[in-house]
Amino acid sequence: MKIDRQTLGFWIVLLGLIILVQVLVSLGILSPFWETLLKIGAVMSIVSLGLNLIYGFNGQFSLGQWGFYAIGAYAAADVTYRWTQMKNASGLMILLLVVLLVGVALYLVARLVSRLRGLDPLSAFALYIIGVLIAAYIGVQLGSLLINPVTQALSALPPNLSLQIVYLLAVLLGGFLAAEVSYLFGLPVLTLGSDYFGIATLGFTIIVKVLLDNSDTLLGFEEMKGARGMVGIPKVTSWLWVALFLVLVIIMLRNLLHSSHGRAIISVREDEIAAKAMGIDVGQQKTFAFVLGSFLAGLAGGLYAHINGFLHPNTFNFIKSFDPMIIVVFGGLGSISGTIMAAFTWALVLEGFLRILLPAGFETWRFVVYPLFLLVMMLLRPQGLFGGFEFPYLRQVLPKPYTPKTQEQLSLVHAVEEAPEGD
Amino acid sequence: MNDEQLTVLQRMIKGKWIGKGFLALLALAIIWWVGGKAIQSPSLFFQQIINGIQLGFVYALIALGYTMVYGIVRLINFAHGDVFMFGAFVSFFAVSLFQLHLWPVQTFPSLPPLIGIVIGTLSVIALSMVSCAILAMTIERIAYKPLRDAPRISALITAIGVSFFLEYFGALPFVFTPNFITYKRPFEIVTWYVKDGIHRLEAGAEAPPGSVIFSNVLIIIILVSILLLVGLNYVVRRTKIGKAMRATAYDKPTSRLMGINVDGVISTTFAIGASLAGAAGVLYATAYPQVVFWMGIIPGLKAFVAAVLGGIGSIPGAFVGALIMGQAEVISAGYISTPMRDAVAFTILILVLLIRPTGIFGEPEREKA
Amino acid sequence: MSKRFLFIISILIVFSLTLGACAQPKPTTLKVAILAPLSGAVPTFGVSTRDGALLAIKEWNAKGGVLGRQIEAVVEDSQCEADPAVNAANKVINQDGVKYIVGEVCSKASIPVSEIAEEKGVVQISPTSTNPNVTLKADGSTKQYVFRACFIDPFQGLVGASFAINELGAKTAFIILDQGNDYVRGLAENFEQAFTEKGGQIVGKETYTSQDTDFSAILAKVAEAKPDVVYLPDYYNIVNLVTAQAKEKGITAPFLGGDGWDSAELDRAAADGGYFTNHYSEQDTRPIVQQWVKNYQAEYGSVPDALATLAYDAMNLLLAAIQNAGVDDPAKVKDAMASIKWEAVSGTITFDQYHNPIKSAVILQVKDGQVKYVTTVAP
Repeated sequence: MKIDRQTLGFWIVLLGLIILVQVLVSLGILSPFWETLLKIGAVMSIVSLGLNLIYGFNGQFSLGQWGFYAIGAYAAADVTYRWTQMKNASGLMILLLVVLLVGVALYLVARLVSRLRGLDPLSAFALYIIGVLIAAYIGVQLGSLLINPVTQALSALPPNLSLQIVYLLAVLLGGFLAAEVSYLFGLPVLTLGSDYFGIATLGFTIIVKVLLDNSDTLLGFEEMKGARGMVGIPKVTSWLWVALFLVLVIIMLRNLLHSSHGRAIISVREDEIAAKAMGIDVGQQKTFAFVLGSFLAGLAGGLYAHINGFLHPNTFNFIKSFDPMIIVVFGGLGSISGTIMAAFTWALVLEGFLRILLPAGFETWRFVVYPLFLLVMMLLRPQGLFGGFEFPYLRQVLPKPYTPKTQEQLSLVHAVEEAPEGD
Repeated sequence: MNDEQLTVLQRMIKGKWIGKGFLALLALAIIWWVGGKAIQSPSLFFQQIINGIQLGFVYALIALGYTMVYGIVRLINFAHGDVFMFGAFVSFFAVSLFQLHLWPVQTFPSLPPLIGIVIGTLSVIALSMVSCAILAMTIERIAYKPLRDAPRISALITAIGVSFFLEYFGALPFVFTPNFITYKRPFEIVTWYVKDGIHRLEAGAEAPPGSVIFSNVLIIIILVSILLLVGLNYVVRRTKIGKAMRATAYDKPTSRLMGINVDGVISTTFAIGASLAGAAGVLYATAYPQVVFWMGIIPGLKAFVAAVLGGIGSIPGAFVGALIMGQAEVISAGYISTPMRDAVAFTILILVLLIRPTGIFGEPEREKA
Repeated sequence: MSKRFLFIISILIVFSLTLGACAQPKPTTLKVAILAPLSGAVPTFGVSTRDGALLAIKEWNAKGGVLGRQIEAVVEDSQCEADPAVNAANKVINQDGVKYIVGEVCSKASIPVSEIAEEKGVVQISPTSTNPNVTLKADGSTKQYVFRACFIDPFQGLVGASFAINELGAKTAFIILDQGNDYVRGLAENFEQAFTEKGGQIVGKETYTSQDTDFSAILAKVAEAKPDVVYLPDYYNIVNLVTAQAKEKGITAPFLGGDGWDSAELDRAAADGGYFTNHYSEQDTRPIVQQWVKNYQAEYGSVPDALATLAYDAMNLLLAAIQNAGVDDPAKVKDAMASIKWEAVSGTITFDQYHNPIKSAVILQVKDGQVKYVTTVAP
């Protein structure tokens, strides 16, 4: 098999960097301070890649990424918490079965709804809700039955191995849970116009945060301790784990975007009407991108939860939900390598270099410098920090988006779209 | 499936009954819950309604700024809440340091005290409005104007940047300080209670049970808001600049061809929106007497939701949306749970958007067919 | 193109390496880190904490430092949030080589910092974090290296409840609390428990969030319930807003609170007639208290609030423990700290087995624009 040079070069650089960091960490040259920041950078890369899929590639202005991140974080943390502190697999089994059965229910209801022609969205949504509630209830009941045998089976393994297994499953399940919630939420909301969609998803982030604030009283999860913050989560996310997930996510996105499916996703961003005319199911593509992007957010949440071993609803408040958006815009919309570089730069500069470089007495200036930097960057480079730079391996084979150059072309576009935003 | 079942099913689908039934159940549950509690104590219910009105009018003033700016440049101006904060601080300095509210009494001692205080308060509000207008025009000039031809997301990110900057720069010790500062009102609070007629409530006295209380702050908020709304309506509907604004909002390139100074119009829109936020800042600080550098975030967000609820871009929509938000907040705080009230507000927003995708008064989107 | 990318990455790595390398601890000074929320939602608490702790360092340095070495403060902004606090803690430990930390203010930031401190064997003393999990692990055992300088909630809640019943003759109480703040929640829960045990009745309990400014809905309910006393154990910013609005709503029941009320910024006109429990009184005649208030005023031009006082005490406790241990070794210092008996501004402090301080409380009244000493309650 012949591997072309670009591909080889890309993998050598990527794996080389990952191994280099790991070696430096093991040798103690890279202190835990930088290691944590690199982990956060990788986690932010995954969240932002998810958002880039939704916004950069599919054109849906979503501010809900942070809410799905929170769902993934708390779900995964609860599973590992129950495993390490309560010594049973209750969280794992219940979450597993709920995710499985809700998935099945969503599939069945989707089949049903597609048969009932002419069903209005609200009614369809009501059917989905009913289906999911029933499935979740059965999932909890069935999961409870399976706790004991699974706990025994896992306990037979060496403790470290079983923890890693539970952790891996927890992170994945957190992602799937976020994906299912996003599917359910996306059903009605994805039909909204772009800004309204953004606001509805912002609302989603805020609702999730409020629910987490009351998770011990309202949702009945004692161990999450509501607004007091969840303690006792094992700190098992190592650099290699986040790097592994990041690599997998990059491969997945790259292959997706190189497929006809990926081109369909991008066509929706370019022009919905033209995409429809080409026989692309626009609604389906939007849902797919939204669900996959949210899955990545949930996954990243699970990884994040096990870095500090502490979760607090304030980490997920709506002001921070702009962070992934800032990263995506800085990396360049629709650029995978740009997003990753921007995420690492964001983490290392904001929490790392600024902390070290600002002189004593100027600690509070960190957040005066940051917005100024944002402003200047946006004014000087509105196309993003790395300006659409992409590794050749990741680059999509696509025509450039059509940008009107002259006033004449502009008014032409304008006449076609009837959109006042072209000015 | 036999024929009869099919027709029932078809009818259900055609009449959208499943969705309607779902919504009806939800609505019934809420009415049952809130109504049941409201009947227990009607005076408490009316008290909550009055509290909601006070909040709603302040939100309305902020929401108008969001809606006007959005209508004309399609930008969600996240820095608007911080302009509101700036307005509150300007009035704080004007009242505490420069005693601006006392100038009519000091210059014209013969003036009746009531008129003196009214003029003094209005001049404090006017000062805040002017300062906010200048601030907003500066922001527009530096941060938004160069990006007018860039993708909309760039301007949005700059708006977030400006918002962060105003907050954290304001928090520096030599600007507004990070402290919670007690706001000195330009006038004394007078409270009345309604029970068998309107009575004045003496300071330190307790209101009789079953009475509904309101204060002069409520009256001032309602009067000033209505005054500004009428003024705004006049400007937008009757003046030349208002006509230019509507034209620019509808179609920018054509407006330019018609000889409208589009940049000037956009700048004016920012200034008008910000001056309303400035007035809201003064009124808000008067009602809830504390100023702090982050005070704009939450009211800004709520007002923004109100603007979207009413249909962003629509002026009456912003007003109605704000009143609904005010009531929703107070009712959910009073009868459901205070920590849940943001969730309630956004649930209402999402539900309204599902039924009317562009808000209550919003025009159908022209963006995409 | 990929060359430029490699270039950027290598620059970043080289940069971080050099920074990592130059972070050798210098033996001449003794470094102590102060983690405080200088930005974020409550920077005013952070500023007080920093100022109080820095004043303590200044006084020790003037006396010749500790173990014959001058003390150097490393101040970091931890924003009262988990992530920035973790980064700040990692930075001071790894980059600056700090072995002693005073901070954080908020429990939600102190807990993740305490995990790191315990893991790295760094002594941490939080001036004001009341959540039990700051000094306790998830399994209930005590973290060896982590201490706190403030009351934990049960004692203050108990003192407040006995005062309400015995001195104010209250039979009914209404509790207003911020569900999202451990400090407030802990005080409220313990007040409720003590108040009902002593035969009182809780006629209502309402919650709000820390960013609320409109309390009219809650106060309307208070007015409806007509309690003898309203328990509001939050910080002065919320107290100012609530009491000012309560006066307008014709609520005459006295408000009762905790040490969060103690601040020069407390709106004394609005809070008039209210009582609160505190660590000390400015009118206390103990020389250490008088000296503290005088020095703080000379340094910063304002009266110290509770946060500054506790930060001052925390820093003094830490330095005294280092002095007692006689060696710059956190393992020894933590043992010295556990067995310390130190005359602090907020009373004579010893630590119990959970590393919580045992000290007395005072009750103060806000009256005619002044805060007056009422009584002292021993533990």
